Amino acid sequence: MDALTRRRFLLASGVVGAGALAAGATAYTLADLFDTAGDRPADAGTLVLVTLYGGNDGLNTVVPYADASYQDARPGIAYDAGEVLRLDDATGLNPGLKGFQRLFTDGRLAIVRGVGYPKPDRSHFRSMDIWQTADPVRPGTTGWLGRWLDTAGGDPRLAVSFEPALPPLLAGANSAGAAVPTGARRQVKGVTGLGLPAAGEPPLQARAARCFADLERVEAMITQVRDAQPEDPDDDDSATGTGGRTDLAAQLDLVAQCVEAGVATRAFSVSLGGFDTHADEKQLQEILLAKVDKAVTGFVDRMAGRPVTVVVYSEFGRRVRANAGDGTDHGTASNVFVLGTGVRGGLHGEQPSLTDLDDGDLKHTVDFRDVYAGLLTDVLAADPAEVLGGWTGRLSLTGS
Amino acid sequence: MADRARIAHLLRRATFGPTAEEVDDAERAGYDATVRRLVEAAGTAADAPVFAAPAVADRQQANQERRAQVTATIEWWLDRMVAAEDQLAEKMVFFWHGHWATSAQKVKTASLMLGQLKTFREYGRGEFTAFVTRMVRDPALILWLDGQKNTVKAPNENLARELMELFTLGIGSYTEDDVKAGARALTGWTVDRRAGTVRFAPRRHDKGTKTVLGRTAAFDADSLAALVAREPAGAAFLARRFWFRFASGEPIADDVLARLENAFAARRDVDDLLRALFTDEAFAGTHGHLVKQPVEWAVGALRQLGIRPSRLTDQQRKQLVNGLGGLDQVPLRPPSVGGWPAGAAWLTTSSLQARVRLAELLADRAAPAVLERLKAAPTAGRPDALARLLVVDAWTDRTRAVLAGAAGKPERLLQLGLISPEYTVH
Repeated sequence: MDALTRRRFLLASGVVGAGALAAGATAYTLADLFDTAGDRPADAGTLVLVTLYGGNDGLNTVVPYADASYQDARPGIAYDAGEVLRLDDATGLNPGLKGFQRLFTDGRLAIVRGVGYPKPDRSHFRSMDIWQTADPVRPGTTGWLGRWLDTAGGDPRLAVSFEPALPPLLAGANSAGAAVPTGARRQVKGVTGLGLPAAGEPPLQARAARCFADLERVEAMITQVRDAQPEDPDDDDSATGTGGRTDLAAQLDLVAQCVEAGVATRAFSVSLGGFDTHADEKQLQEILLAKVDKAVTGFVDRMAGRPVTVVVYSEFGRRVRANAGDGTDHGTASNVFVLGTGVRGGLHGEQPSLTDLDDGDLKHTVDFRDVYAGLLTDVLAADPAEVLGGWTGRLSLTGS
Repeated sequence: MADRARIAHLLRRATFGPTAEEVDDAERAGYDATVRRLVEAAGTAADAPVFAAPAVADRQQANQERRAQVTATIEWWLDRMVAAEDQLAEKMVFFWHGHWATSAQKVKTASLMLGQLKTFREYGRGEFTAFVTRMVRDPALILWLDGQKNTVKAPNENLARELMELFTLGIGSYTEDDVKAGARALTGWTVDRRAGTVRFAPRRHDKGTKTVLGRTAAFDADSLAALVAREPAGAAFLARRFWFRFASGEPIADDVLARLENAFAARRDVDDLLRALFTDEAFAGTHGHLVKQPVEWAVGALRQLGIRPSRLTDQQRKQLVNGLGGLDQVPLRPPSVGGWPAGAAWLTTSSLQARVRLAELLADRAAPAVLERLKAAPTAGRPDALARLLVVDAWTDRTRAVLAGAAGKPERLLQLGLISPEYTVH
């Protein structure tokens, strides 16, 4: 699922390449990057989007443990009142989310319940496309943050992904974010010359050459960020190791380093896969959520006091009723987590009914574009209507 | 365009990447004779692996075995792409694989994927109706598009929709009602995964009359396949798809489209379309219009560097497939039913890093004879020797300068050649 989805995403990023092609072939230098770091307003917000691939089971993440119909629908996999990490008398968190519970108590975690879109699609690809393009009717080739990038000037360093291929999320009509794999740490040397433009060459060949210049620029940015970190002899963190790892903690570590170094990037995309729990779900999901909890909580603590907002979402939740294999099949509406300093903590949105269902699935109570619109306004200081095709709803989760 | 350049262009597109010797041969034979040779080559039966169905006792173990079989099939096919004498036949199998894009991710069973490749090989050339008729009862395609869930009681439109939208007609040439009626025509087919066969269950089939594309009859799978395969709009659709993959990512000109359409429409024969495409005057003008797909890039390099995947160590073969994974194109695992990306989609900084690594692996495994040939040239002449080896028409001054700096190290020279913009695009 994971690898497949990534390839699927390349598809969209390519369409962007065609647009970026028209944008010309100006190579940035390292100096340019640090110039922009100085230009950045001190209070400019940073958005970190965490995508959980595979369809995380929302009902077993934020658990309506007091609802009898929850216990009835999921005999083999339900959590009872004694197991959950209580938020209130009706709602508790999955036992894997201990750090999230602490952040909730601190008022640094907002949980939006029942987030979805009309006519839910139960295909991973289609639904992930919908979430990333913010278009439930006809998901096209541009992502909502890509369109934001278009409006913000189109410098790829403004929107960075630490995933192997560029997700369509960061693909704009005329520009595209930068895909920076965390695993590939080996520098590519001696190829700078291949990035020079050559007179009269076909446009695609010029684009291929430009990749060498882009690569150098992105590598320079990452190297500089790493070099800016003080040497810590006790730090045996693998992020600077020999590569191959793309786990969430390593990705968020890089984001933290970028933020601390004051680079120009305003939006980061990171991800974790493996949530497609059709069978034997309970233990597997708990392990995955504990991973999310550790990585995200550590990141939020490290970023405390900075205007950095983390958003965690998945392409859909899962069916209310467990299947015969103690798993759950693809469902619809689910929770979105928003974390960080300045977040309006607490429970938002209305918990969808577990009995008034749409063909066995939850009916969404919050449109996902409302959440996006709030983030665009509050974190990126952008006009949501311009990015979301005139969408006017808005759920504000940060600021006062 | 010089004759050699024109023939090299043809071979780069119609094969997985020609060797210098293949271009020499074709140059001696002439352009038209080369097109004939390519299109009329007899083809060779594929010596495909045969797999037993995994034991079902332990689900995890069976899954593991299934995955291993799919991997073995991917490796087998890569080797065949390199070794096949009839290169256009193999290239067409790859083309159809991207067209009826079916993924082992959902199908899971290697023998079903191999069966589909066999159908591409045996029916993908020649008369189109026979091909479509075979495809609507292809077990891998049926599983991929939920055809086995399509019954008279609960029609599933997935297969019927893609049949019209992606495989035969293209958006705009049919209506939603055609899809609904088409789905009814396709009801009743079930797949036996273990046996690798399809079975028609009459009780699951909708025997009623349906109106599809303006015709009313009690359509079933065969008659629906024949109807869509013969629909006039299909000629332009296929001509565009062939143009897109073999000629150019730029839109096809009206006059070229008309010529290709006519060539195909006469007999609805795929070979007629190929012949018309390769001999069309516009084809020669498409140099530089396509980015090599990663599989094309890697298989071409393997051919030119004299490397057979089957003779690599298990570890190296794994690195090869992983390298293709890093480039986001592993055979049998297309990203969606829409097939592989194209053009600038393959040109990202992330994919460049993967290409650099894979090129290094390939350069290190180059056949000794290939390295000797490079070394035989005086240092100053090595960039030209490299151009001949990799069938690149000419280096830009930019690339030539980089190559000249590495001319003393043949493996490095090979790696640089493979990642150069001139080699990446064709």
